[in-house]
Formats: sequence, structure tokens, C-alpha cells
Amino acid sequence: MNKIWLIIKREYLTRVKNRTFILSTFLTPLFFAALIGIIVFITIKNTDKEKVAIIDTSGVFKKETDSVKSIQLILNPVPVADTVNYEKNGYSAILYAPHTGINSTNKWRLYSKKSFAVTAVASIEEKIRKGLENNMLMERYSVNTSNIDSVRDASRRIELEEKRIGAGAHSQDGNSLVAYGVGYGAGFLIYITLFIYGAMVMRGVMEEKTNRIAEVIISSVKPFELMMGKIIGIGAVGLTQFLMWIILITAFSTIITAFIPHDLLMQVNEANKSIPGGQMNMQGNEAMIGLIRATSTLSSVNWWLVTGCFLFYFLFGYLFYAALFAAVGSSVNEDPQDAQSLMFPITMPIILAIVIMINAITHPDSALATWSSIIPFFSPIVMMARIPFGVPGTVPYWQLGLSMVLLVAGFLITTWISAKIYRTGILLYGKKATWKEMWKWAFRNS
Amino acid sequence: MAVRISNIPYSVGTQVLHLPKFTRMPLLEVRHLKKYYATQKAVDDISFSIEPGTIFGLLGPNGAGKTTLLRMVTGIFFPDEGEIIFDGKKFQPADDAVKIGYMPEERGLYKKMKIGEQAMYLAQLKGLSRRDAYKKIKTWFNKFEMQTWWNKKIEDLSKGMGQKLQFVITVLHEPKLIILDEPFSGLDPVNSNLIKEEIFKLKQSGCSIIFSTHRMDQAEEMCDKIILVNKGQKILDGTVDDVKQRFKENLFHIGLDALPPVLMSNAFDITATENNHGLIVKIKEGYGTNDVLQHFIQQQASVKEFHEILPSLNNIFIKLVEGTSVTRQFQTVV
Repeated sequence: MNKIWLIIKREYLTRVKNRTFILSTFLTPLFFAALIGIIVFITIKNTDKEKVAIIDTSGVFKKETDSVKSIQLILNPVPVADTVNYEKNGYSAILYAPHTGINSTNKWRLYSKKSFAVTAVASIEEKIRKGLENNMLMERYSVNTSNIDSVRDASRRIELEEKRIGAGAHSQDGNSLVAYGVGYGAGFLIYITLFIYGAMVMRGVMEEKTNRIAEVIISSVKPFELMMGKIIGIGAVGLTQFLMWIILITAFSTIITAFIPHDLLMQVNEANKSIPGGQMNMQGNEAMIGLIRATSTLSSVNWWLVTGCFLFYFLFGYLFYAALFAAVGSSVNEDPQDAQSLMFPITMPIILAIVIMINAITHPDSALATWSSIIPFFSPIVMMARIPFGVPGTVPYWQLGLSMVLLVAGFLITTWISAKIYRTGILLYGKKATWKEMWKWAFRNS
Repeated sequence: MAVRISNIPYSVGTQVLHLPKFTRMPLLEVRHLKKYYATQKAVDDISFSIEPGTIFGLLGPNGAGKTTLLRMVTGIFFPDEGEIIFDGKKFQPADDAVKIGYMPEERGLYKKMKIGEQAMYLAQLKGLSRRDAYKKIKTWFNKFEMQTWWNKKIEDLSKGMGQKLQFVITVLHEPKLIILDEPFSGLDPVNSNLIKEEIFKLKQSGCSIIFSTHRMDQAEEMCDKIILVNKGQKILDGTVDDVKQRFKENLFHIGLDALPPVLMSNAFDITATENNHGLIVKIKEGYGTNDVLQHFIQQQASVKEFHEILPSLNNIFIKLVEGTSVTRQFQTVV
């Protein structure tokens, strides 16, 4: 036990002290923080107090529309503003009603020298819609203004919350867009980490073999201890990196959120409310709206569950495959080409899993998604894509439980087989082993 | 680096001084050890024993099964049959590994790891505490003038320097049994002597050393006892002197002032003549050395030199191994 601890310590420390590790651990969250920071910065810059002149000579608007803090709308200003002098008169944009001034179309046109933030555009559209509605109600149906407001207040309070009735007793919020994003991200992250850390184990084993240190060490410790020490040590490196990322990203995003003005958050919320589904003509801004929507609904995901499951599936998915990578590493020699060809049967299921995952994310309930999230070869990736859709809504407890048990069992089996291949392979020099030979090493009686 | 020319007091002639004391219990006893692979018998019924304070030569051509044998003795492989008695008890690889220092033929170290850290790591794997490991490494590094190496990496060292380090790591934890597989490969004569000296010191302090090689001159110079294996089987064992006596061909060297007129005799055949001053003769069955001398004395030849020519281990090796296919297919462990 003491020896395996020494091996773990060496594997861990040599990698954690490595310059590349330190850089990637600190720079990756910093990069994301910078990206978020830039987006926030641009948004803040764009939401200076906008003053928009509305040219509405045909009288679509009957009364001055109400302005929010960040956007001030001035109906038919005096002196008259036009596209030439609006800036001089202190307006950041000029809005033409249909068939007025230079606007001969039946669309509303906004002239401005700068591009408006999505939120600002959405807010202006909302104002126009409201103005038109008001006019119609007042003119055609003679509804009192205060009555209009109370009707609108009532309608605004309705928010459709999608609930799914699952096998379990609880129902779960089914915000599929967020679940899609989170599931995709988590599945893909596991896919990448399996490759990165699996290859790290393989290279480590190959290094020990080509450096000819394997036999020196194996005269002091059992081959199994050497293999497991390496796998656990590198797994700990992976966990360290993830934990550092989680901590740093949380820290950075807290700092950034602290710098976002309260006003802006309000505006984002308002823009979010004012998007009434499919009727909008956002001209390619749907994605942006979706993003805004997602930020406010991210809280619908059970983060503790997702993070917990992610760590579990990362750890055991890694352990499941790392042993196989170690076996391959022990069976090849200096030639990286040999490693490539022997690696193929291991990388195949991983690649297949990502293909299934992409399908599963759109149909998380399908038979393919369900079964491949239970089979250990695919479960780390596919299950992670399904979990954000809801436990036990989309993924019943028995599926999650079975998947986890099978993965742990699978890890024990691959490790047992790999240890036998490793034990023989690590001491052989010369040509690389064939699959037939490796099969014999694993299953012969000894 | 100061060069120490060692005065090695050991040579073929002094072998008898180092004969093992057979009264002592052997440190290692190997009984009917077998290890069969699917296509070959790597080790086929080999027995031997090694007493404390002796150097034991394990000789054989490439692919004879030496490495497999050593891997069983170090606990890396389990024998199919037979038993290993170590230090009076049945060999337990997990417990006894710390009492063995093994320098395999295929050896190396981590290229990117600092030498000091590396030595510390390997010493701790052999069960030394951090403090003990540090103390011992310092001592050995001083002895081999390697003090400045601590923060260097293997890639910065020459091959010979690497071998020196490898030797230090092998003997650092003061094992009772030291196994050296081709310890001198890649070493220059100066460093070879340095290591040789240390091996003899370890032997005098009571260590048993298994010295595996196919350099017969080195085996002859260093070993007390040898075993010769070929194709997995033991074909010869005994003390170096014994072996030589067993394989002597009754060849004698005779030094003379001048060759006498009549050379032919019933007592011997002449196998070679050296200029006008020497002869190598083979004494025939039923005759003795006196018969040979008598022949020359009768002819008034003044004999200046007369000694037996014992075969070198090299000759014995070649004689025994020749004819058998020396190189087996390597690595057919299927």
C-alpha cells in the first residue's frame, strides 16, 4: 500500500509540476472569463442611455409611449429630426413608422450609426407592438387606457412552465434548450477527457517501457501496483484540473457578475420577458435571444446532480478506459504508429459513443439512448448527455443506478484483463504484440 | 574527475583464495525450477545454490533462459514448477524484494526526472525511509564523485554515467542478494574497475552476487562458482577451478633454450611449436608429466618452463555451446 502510494505521488507530482499543466489549468478559465468579460463589456457599452426619435406622421402612436430607463423614446420631436441631424439633436437613433419620411415600406425602420444591443432592439419592438395594440384597443374598441394596462398585467403573469410526468414521484422542469446545451457540453467534455487522460496513461506506460525502467521498478513492486499507481495518479491530475477549473470559473464569474450593473440585469430580464415565442422577426438573432433566455433559466438545471454525476462518470469512465490504454501502451514499442493501430479498438467505442450522444441529445428517451447509457463502453458519454434532461423524469433512478453499477463492474473487469496483458507486455522488447497475443496473455491460465 | 587506478588483487591465479565456505547455509537455493512457454522451455529443471559472500556466475548464450531465470529469482515471474528458498525460507516476492537488488540487462531510468529525486523514489520503493534513502544516496554519490548530479536529468548524462547511477540504485538499500545482468556494458575501463572494486567489497561484506554475462573473461576473473545454461538447461556448474580441471585437455607448455633433435615421443603429441623455444604438447592417455620431462631431459634439452595449460572459460563455453543453435527466436512468449 505504501509502495502504490509512492507511485501515485510520483505520477501526480511530476505531472502537476509540469509547466504545461499549470498553464492550461490557469489559462483556460481565464480565457473563458475574458470572453464573458468582453461580451459583458460590449453589452454595457451598448446600453448607454439611448434616446430614439420616432417619426410617426401618420399617427400610428396616439400617445407618448412609456420609456424604460435605458431607452427613451420621443414621439415626433420638435424640432423635427431626420437622418442627417438626429445625432446633433442628441438622439442615438431615429425610428420611422411605415410610410413616413424616407421609409416607404410597411416595416418600421431604425436608422442608427451604431448597432444596437439585442436587448435594446427587442425592447423597441416591444414598445411598438404595445403602442399599436393600445391604439387599436382605444380607437376601435374604445377601451379605457387603465383597463388596457390591467388586461396586459394579467396576461403577462402567465408563464408557461413545462412539466413532465416521469416514472418517479416528482416531476421535473423540462427546459429542453438548457438541458440540450448542458448535456452536450458534459458529454463532449467526458469524450475529450477520456482521450486526453487515456492517452496520457498510454504514453506514461510506453515511456516506462522504452526507457527500460519498467523491469527495474517491477523488481520492487508488483506490475499491477505500478499500473494502478499510474492510472490513479493521472486520474488525480485530471480531477485536480477539473476542480481548479470549477473553483476558478466560479470565482471569475462571481467577480464579473459583481461588475455587471444592476440596471443591465433588469434589462436582460425585461428583454427575456418581452420575447413572446414565435411571432418575432428577429432577423437571425434567435440564437442570441436563446442565449439570453438560457442564462436566466440555467437555474432550472439541478447543478449538484449534474456536477456529481459528471465527476462520477469522468472518474469511472476514465478508470474503465485507462486500464485498456495502459494495456495497449505495454504492448507496443518506440513506434507511435504501432500504438495508433492497437489503439483503434479502444477509440472505436469512444467515437461511437459521441455519435450516439449527438443522437441521444435530441431523443433522450429513445431506446438507443437508454441502452447505450447503461452499457459501460458508452455510458459515461451518453448518460451525461441525458442527465440534464432530468432525473428521474427522463432518466429513471433504476437506469442511473444500473448504469453506475455496470460501469464500476466494467472498470474492475477491464482492469483485471489489462493487468494481465500489462504484466506480460511491459517486459517484452522487440516487435509489438498482435491482438491475438494480447488475448492469450489476458486469458491464459497462470 | 580524479582517476583512481585500482589495484585489483584478484586474478585467475588467486581464485582458490575465494572459494566459498561451504559450511554456511546458502542464501539462495533454487530447486528444479521450470518455466515453460507455449513454444519453448525457457527454464528446464535448473537447480543451484549460492552461499553468502560469493560471486555466482550465470553464463550462457543469448536466449539461453538467463533472463527468465533471473526474473523468477527476483519474483517478477512465477515458476511453473520447482521452488526457491531464500534466506532459509520459501521465497516470498512481496517481502523478500527489499533484500534483493536487481540490475536487469534492459535497464534505464526516467529521462525527465532529476537524478536525486529518481534515486530517492527508487530507494523508497525498496522500503527505505526518506531520511535513510537520502543519507545513503549522499554516501554513494560521494563515493562515486557524483555529488553534482543531484539536479541533473538522465538526458544530461553519458551512457557510462547512467550505468554508474544504475549500479548505485541497485545496491543502495543494502540487499543481501545482488543480481547484476551485464553490469559492465557501456562502461569504460576506469569505471569498470571502479564498479568491479565495489562488487568485491560487497562480496567481502557478505553479499551474494549473481553475475550474469556472456563475457567469459570477466566471469573467469570475478566468479567463485559458475553455472552454464543453454536452451533452458543447466549444462555445467562448479567452481571456476573445478570446471577448468574438468575440461582440461592435458595440454602443457614447455619452454626450452632450443628445440631438441628428436621431438616425437610415445608420451605426447605436439600440437604447436613456438619459434625455436617453445612447444605445446598433449600428453597421451596412460602417460604423466614426468614421462614428458624425461623425454626432454634425456635429450639434454634445458627445460626452462613447464606448466599446464588450462582451458579458458571462453573455450569451454564455445566447446559446449557450439553446434547447438545459439540464437533462439527471441520473445516468442505466446
